[in-house]
Amino acid sequence: MIEIVLAILSTVGALSILFASIGILRMPDFYLRLSVTVKASTLGVGLLLICAAIMFPDVSVTTKAIAIIFFLIITAPIGAHMIGRAAYFTGTPLWKGTIIDELAGMYNEETHELESEESDTDDDDTPNIAKTDEETE
Amino acid sequence: MITLEAYFDYVILPILSISVMLVFIRLFKGPAVVDRVVALDLIITIGIGIITVYSIRSNQEVFLDVAIILALIAFLGTVAFAYYIEKQKDD
Repeated sequence: MIEIVLAILSTVGALSILFASIGILRMPDFYLRLSVTVKASTLGVGLLLICAAIMFPDVSVTTKAIAIIFFLIITAPIGAHMIGRAAYFTGTPLWKGTIIDELAGMYNEETHELESEESDTDDDDTPNIAKTDEETE
Repeated sequence: MITLEAYFDYVILPILSISVMLVFIRLFKGPAVVDRVVALDLIITIGIGIITVYSIRSNQEVFLDVAIILALIAFLGTVAFAYYIEKQKDD
């Protein structure tokens, strides 16, 4: 019975990691790649770690597995947010099918602060959307 | 009857290995440097999964300590890359 549970957990975990890697290869844009990768890989590794926690009949392993899952769930969104912010500032183009870029012109270029109201420096609020697939592929 | 050990050896570990290979294609191809940073982060995360499965298969629970350290290094690496990419643009 417990073997079936372990097989199901590890299969779902490995498949979601596989989907994350297919997504990072096939998605047309950096931001879509980031969105696919972080969630799916965190879920997959978390399920594999739960698998290990069930497998070993020991409290220390369960504690370690829960610690790793907690750490991953805490840190993965922070890292993704920071790298996405850096990518937006360095001018990584959005996909050519992007409909709206609500951040365009909202960031202060000097201080990197976000302004919610329409700022004074809205001279270049054209969204950075790619014209062709070759720019983001 | 398929045993769980054979299932881990012949299904789970090959799936994870294929995933790492697919991410390596993006690591070499990536047009911007941020694509490569994300690919590197994903490789380390998949590496944590591989270490977990290997520690199940070899009955060595000590390997999970390595997984903790790798998770820490992946986070620190991503944050440091993001910080310096953002700083580099200002100069």
